[in-house]
Amino acid sequence: MSQGIVTVSYIIATILFILALGGLSNQETARRGNWYGIIGMTIALLATILGVVERHYEILLVALLIGGTIGVVLARRVQMTQMPELVAVLHSLVGAAAVAVGYASFMDPGRLSHFSGVELTIHDIETYLGILIGAVTFSGSVIAFGKLSGRIGGKPLTLPARHWFNLGLLLGAIWFGREFVLQSAAGNGMEPLMIMTVIALLFGIHMVMAIGGADMPVVVSMLNSYSGWAASATGFMLGNDLLIVTGALVGSSGAILSYIMCRAMNRKFLAVIAGGFGTGGGTPSGGESSEDQGEVLPIDAHETAALLAGAKEVMIIPGYGMAVAQAQHTVFEITKALRAKKINVRFGIHPVAGRMPGHMNVLLAEARVPYDIVFEMDEINEDFPNVDVSVVIGANDIVNPSALTDPDSPIAGMPVLECWKGATSIVLKRSMATGYAGVQNPLFFKENSRMLFGDAKETLDEVLKAL
Amino acid sequence: MRIGVPREIHAGEQRVATTPEVALQLIKLGFDVAVEAGAGTAANYSDDAYRDAGCEIVNTADDIWTNANVILKVRGPEGDEISKLRAEQTLISFLWPGQNPDLLQQLTDSGATAMAMDSVPRISRAQKMDALSSMANIAGYRAVVEAAQLFPRFFTGQITAAGKVAPAKVMVIGAGVAGLAAIGTAKSMGAIVRAFDTRPEVKEQVESMDAEFLMLDFEEDEDGSGAGGYAKTMSKEFIDAEMALFREQAKEVDIIITTALIPGRPAPKLILADMIHSMKDGSVVVDLAAEQGGNCELTEAEQIVKTENGISIIGYTDLPSRMAAQSSQLYATNLRHLLTDMTPEKDGNVVSDFDDEVVRGATVCKGGETTYPPPAALLSAVPKKAEAAPAPVVVEKEPSVMGPIVGMIAGGLALLGLGAVAPESFMAHFTVFVLACFVGYMVIWNVSPALHTPLMSVTNAISSIIVIGALLQISATNTTIMWIAAVTILLTSINIAGGFAVTRRMLEMFRK
Repeated sequence: MSQGIVTVSYIIATILFILALGGLSNQETARRGNWYGIIGMTIALLATILGVVERHYEILLVALLIGGTIGVVLARRVQMTQMPELVAVLHSLVGAAAVAVGYASFMDPGRLSHFSGVELTIHDIETYLGILIGAVTFSGSVIAFGKLSGRIGGKPLTLPARHWFNLGLLLGAIWFGREFVLQSAAGNGMEPLMIMTVIALLFGIHMVMAIGGADMPVVVSMLNSYSGWAASATGFMLGNDLLIVTGALVGSSGAILSYIMCRAMNRKFLAVIAGGFGTGGGTPSGGESSEDQGEVLPIDAHETAALLAGAKEVMIIPGYGMAVAQAQHTVFEITKALRAKKINVRFGIHPVAGRMPGHMNVLLAEARVPYDIVFEMDEINEDFPNVDVSVVIGANDIVNPSALTDPDSPIAGMPVLECWKGATSIVLKRSMATGYAGVQNPLFFKENSRMLFGDAKETLDEVLKAL
Repeated sequence: MRIGVPREIHAGEQRVATTPEVALQLIKLGFDVAVEAGAGTAANYSDDAYRDAGCEIVNTADDIWTNANVILKVRGPEGDEISKLRAEQTLISFLWPGQNPDLLQQLTDSGATAMAMDSVPRISRAQKMDALSSMANIAGYRAVVEAAQLFPRFFTGQITAAGKVAPAKVMVIGAGVAGLAAIGTAKSMGAIVRAFDTRPEVKEQVESMDAEFLMLDFEEDEDGSGAGGYAKTMSKEFIDAEMALFREQAKEVDIIITTALIPGRPAPKLILADMIHSMKDGSVVVDLAAEQGGNCELTEAEQIVKTENGISIIGYTDLPSRMAAQSSQLYATNLRHLLTDMTPEKDGNVVSDFDDEVVRGATVCKGGETTYPPPAALLSAVPKKAEAAPAPVVVEKEPSVMGPIVGMIAGGLALLGLGAVAPESFMAHFTVFVLACFVGYMVIWNVSPALHTPLMSVTNAISSIIVIGALLQISATNTTIMWIAAVTILLTSINIAGGFAVTRRMLEMFRK
């Protein structure tokens, strides 16, 4: 196959990738978009394998087959509630691949004969950057996976001088980059490259460790962005436009997603990256102001059912708790029962509910909740005064009124679902523990709030029975 | 002052302008009420009932026309009635001054004050005097009853031992008061009801009656709301789309009730002959616009037309009169509310105050001068969209123009610096890179939040394009590089397959 055909195939693949991303922005075209992506990837792979690869086909195919099988099995097996973990793991693979490709490229002896002078310097910088970003993506994603799957605690790790630590790592990376470029011209450079890799890995670990659980959606999409930049840097290194374009597409889309997330939480992107809540040295646990907020009013499943059955407008606000308890199917059963009684049931989704952007939508879709009764915060927040009963399922920070009222609150200024403006709010919770942000929630103490304690799935099953 | 209520002389008119119950209230307002003998008989109100309420029963209409100060009627004056009207008298009835310029001229010439119940402005305060709505409500109800009488099947669907009965399908065109009343009645009889209207604001009202609102397959956002909550004439494209909808519906529905009227114009022709012929045998069309020429091409006013294929088209114009007791009571009450407003002292003296928007609007002539049409007072049931969204009061901080410009200049300089040292091959790649960033930015910006997760997993799958790098390296003769590349391929192919597969799985679940 001639170089021309390979290039054309790459162009086609690029266009298909753009169409894939475009298609994914809308429910109607999303499935088509995914197919575009699959076709684009297939074309790119075929063109490369048939047109560029010269030998070792058997190893290549075996690797592809094994990897593909593992991937499909993973995708089939994973539960929808574990989606964030899966996405994080997959990101780490891209990071690892970028590191590996970078090293392999560096070890290629043809490197010195291909390039010289400025070109060599640029090539070295590209290699260096590709490995750097790849390593950060890899270790960051692994830590994100650990946090999301609960293997590592969700609390932000705040080292005493963590900003200085980060700065030190950055300076170190730049210094060794200089060393690497200087040494590589002379044929060496493996040492600084290795040291840098370690620094980058440390940086990735530290970065994600310092970010609080509530900010995980931002982290996941940020890592997504990084994996794109890593691919792009690799593309520069190899002089391959397809890699550059695709990487840039993924990188910019991930960056925008992170930005959208941050805006939804009314937080500065840099502040999230810099780590954790309480950057100003505040006490995250809300301390003094929340001590004596009054009594909570508990309610049982039967009363809940009676309240729901007597309502006209019901708003369901799902949170991470629903995901944990796997309660989405029960929630939909209740929804069906209520809708059969001509009660208008809607879902209000906060942009950062769950541990990943769009997490709740995926879970509700899994339970076959029709997406036209699922609304975004901005669409329904003004309707709360007309809502008779809001059911908050395992959500905390996204319905916390102190975000609007208490300027000292760590989540101050974050838009929240204002369910307390409705007639009654029923809050399902396992206990009175605080949410991921570690902030006490005055909603629970409001007069029109009722607490329904227990595992979301079990209690909702009881509610359904009582209905 | 003396109120006189003559018997209606229009052929077939069974209503009467006051009922014993309302007369009692009028007497309390300080009026004397005289009723012509037999005026209420057709509406099931006997002379004795009026007498018991305190009315005077007079034997001739002439007595009423001679001695009363205020004359209440349902229909406008006809025949010699108008010549009996004198300058100091006030006549209140339906007049339709827009459609009857001759009558208006005659009334003006008589020098009397004439008030048209059909010209009462449609404002919230005047709802209790809105006789058009009261009559339309009855007409809508009666239209369904008339249709039911000719319709040879059930309205409601049933499953009986003798087999299954499909519910009747009713289409109501024009969801004004009459249309909504028809929807409610047909619905309560168990039919499947669909409704169409050119005014989008009534969609909610139709849906609140549990009927289906037929949407037009029409691109432009054309709003049919005219002044005063009435419909207006629509563009040709709109009408074509409308016709297509009716043509399609005609084949399907059993009963069509049309109530489309545009004030001061002949009724629009909406149901054409071919649509009628495409309807099922035994179907019924009730045309409430028959008096204004009819919405249906085959309508004949006052008649029931039977077509060859067994379709009945009801063109009655006297539906309210067919329920005379009910309509008389509502009409009389509307009149009483108007009179109450015009008798502020409750002393039986009518004051015609032209500062009162309702009185001004209803009065069509006074003292020999024509006062119709009244000066424009534009009020719509739903404010126009522009009014609904007032300019935001919040003063937004003006975005700094300098910030982005400074940023761009700095970025530009940095790029220039790069361009000065970098070789051409790098710059070519760099161009592609920058462009791709912008494409990504543009493509992603409008993504709906519900799709964030699938989007992320698909971009994740796509980012494993890095496999190309490994594929390029696997041909290396150096074994180490070859094995590193092989492992990389394995890792990325997990990502490719996993990412796309899990995206597919997620998207499969999203459904309406």
